[in-house]
Amino acid sequence: MSADAIIVGSGPGGSTAAEVLAAAGWSVVLFEKGRNHLIDLDDPTRLLGDFSNDEIKFIDRHFLGPDPFLEPRTFRTGPEDGDRIFAGSVNSIPSTVGGGGTHADGKVPRFLEEDFRMLSTYGPQDGAAVADWPLDYAELEPFYAGAERGIGVSGEAGANPFAAWRSGPYPMPPGPPMYGSTLSAAASELLGLHPYPAPGATNSVFYDGRPPCNNCGFCAFFGCPIHAKGDPVAMLQRALLTGNVELIPETFVSRILTRGDRATGVEYVGPDGVARSMDARHVIVAGGAVETPRLLLLSGFDHPLIGRNLMVHFQTIVVGGFADIDFHGERGRAVTHMHDDALIPDDASRRAAKEAGLPWIRGGMVEHGGPGLPIMEAKHYNWGPGHKRKMRESPYRRHLWGFTMQGEDLPVPTNRVDLDPKVRDVRGFPVARITYRPHRHELVASDHHGPRLAAILETMGAKWTSIVTSPGSRLGPGGRTEGLAPMSRHVMGSVRMGTEPETSVTDAHGRVHGLENVVIADSSVFVTASGYGPTLTLAALAARSASAMVS
Amino acid sequence: MAIWLTTDEYRKLAAVVDLMIPADETPGAAEAGTVDYIDGLLGAFEVDPPRIWAGGPFSGRTGGPAGFAEFLPLSALDELAWRTRIEGSLGIAEREFNGPVVGLHQRYREGLDSLGVDFVQSDVQEQARRLKGNEMFASLVYEHVCEGMYGPPEYGGNRNGIGWSLIGTVGDVQPRGWTDDEVSLP
Repeated sequence: MSADAIIVGSGPGGSTAAEVLAAAGWSVVLFEKGRNHLIDLDDPTRLLGDFSNDEIKFIDRHFLGPDPFLEPRTFRTGPEDGDRIFAGSVNSIPSTVGGGGTHADGKVPRFLEEDFRMLSTYGPQDGAAVADWPLDYAELEPFYAGAERGIGVSGEAGANPFAAWRSGPYPMPPGPPMYGSTLSAAASELLGLHPYPAPGATNSVFYDGRPPCNNCGFCAFFGCPIHAKGDPVAMLQRALLTGNVELIPETFVSRILTRGDRATGVEYVGPDGVARSMDARHVIVAGGAVETPRLLLLSGFDHPLIGRNLMVHFQTIVVGGFADIDFHGERGRAVTHMHDDALIPDDASRRAAKEAGLPWIRGGMVEHGGPGLPIMEAKHYNWGPGHKRKMRESPYRRHLWGFTMQGEDLPVPTNRVDLDPKVRDVRGFPVARITYRPHRHELVASDHHGPRLAAILETMGAKWTSIVTSPGSRLGPGGRTEGLAPMSRHVMGSVRMGTEPETSVTDAHGRVHGLENVVIADSSVFVTASGYGPTLTLAALAARSASAMVS
Repeated sequence: MAIWLTTDEYRKLAAVVDLMIPADETPGAAEAGTVDYIDGLLGAFEVDPPRIWAGGPFSGRTGGPAGFAEFLPLSALDELAWRTRIEGSLGIAEREFNGPVVGLHQRYREGLDSLGVDFVQSDVQEQARRLKGNEMFASLVYEHVCEGMYGPPEYGGNRNGIGWSLIGTVGDVQPRGWTDDEVSLP
């Protein structure tokens, strides 16, 4: 069997590429190592009913994968830690048909224009590989617009004064704001900030044959029971309906086969455990910024930058307690407002940077939200006679509101993905090892912006506020090391794009230098991290790269 | 009747979970079915499909068919992971690709043993002292008690929605969801 293109990974990048190639008449085989709980492969008009409002299944029992026993990852902060300090779940974006799109609460902002020229706009930082992208916003804008239409994005053009220009309105209006967001948005405005309805990959009206979101609240970490989230089921469904795409789940691609300067196909292991190979004219890798460099390394690719400059978003989580306000954070689509002021340098942030001896600092998008899951709340409290009182009073679930700032993470060459020398996955292949510690920029930016977010909560009337970060800087109770690994599932940059083979792994269309029929179609190619969620940008890049392949 | 626990273990675990979430004017964790939740996990492979992942998309509590009650089949790899997690690796090569794994069976059996043969008959202060003396086991049980108290009843816990009633929540809400006013207003 052979195909015009083999795509590895069925998340938003792989699905978008599959749709573009299939629409052009290419035969596509789409491999996914996880299970299929999303779409009927015999009748793609039919979406499956496996997703549910079930905290046990999705939070405690790894329903969307990866199972940390079958597919662990390892973590260390640097070589001085030894081979690893932790093995298990590290930045584990779902491993399932649909990839990361299935679990996200679907905030899909575009980047700013300066996000594509960080070196030109802001300048270098010691110890970091800050660089301009090999393309600019204007080149990507048509693909942003296409991705918004294809996924189905709700939002309000013009509501965010910092947003980059756009060629048209959002396909749908915003959904209803969460009650807590109405309060935190008002308080933010009082302090001169600029909150706006979060662009969401969640239907607010009937769109593309799928219903509007009914605000069930099981959004972040959960698949959508009614398929109101468009990422990536929309692209996947259209791709499959062409008849040109074969989606093969539960199959791990273990090696890209090459001859000379071209890929010839892949080796893979199916659910029966048997290794096979398949030929293809092109190989597209879209496994995410951890699994993609892992596959390139498993394939023997030897570019010294493969795996390096891994970026995550440095999360500053600021919460406040409000005895008199019930936020009912379990209702709504998890995050309905954001503000971007922390991405825009002002006199105060410039002063903070100068005092810290840094040329500049930049935060990230700030998501307004509150927790709503009872099991998660219960595990925060101690057991014993006080448990019920805590759960009834619910300081965590009902009376807490706050912000998560997805802080820009600088590209640092020593932050990387490589192959663990000892730990294996269930199929016997070396797992990805993540070596990561934040650059001082992230810590200074967090220290600067965290108290400003707390001030919003104090304006709302918070009785107390608290600031924590992920990754944390200290060991947890009992010397636990997990907190040193970033929680963020916004992973980027480990196979960066650029114009020169000496300083990048791929070109501006994701083509691996020296192997031009191998294309990377996920957030691995990001040059810098911005402070925005990566999904829409990676989908737009995937569409651009796939369009170049068929043109 | 218990699925995997012995009768003595079931009684002892009931005392443990009631220490963690005691009865007051409302039922405690034992009456809420958390021991059955844990026993259902420990004995997940006594039924087919195994009681690991409830079905979907709706429970039937707020409309639609009662899909949660139909547990989903596991793939071969899913079964390997969950059998290993529950039973331990037991020297079986395919479960030990990264070394031996101690399963929940052993952790529960040894943890309950460590509390002593007279645990159930002991007073609450003595029970709490012994349980706090085995912090690892207490942490394990508490994780599961929280799941069994406040998770979907289809897993055997949260009997008659006792946990959700305690905290004034309705649990799963699909396909009804929440109206725009319920989302946006106090």
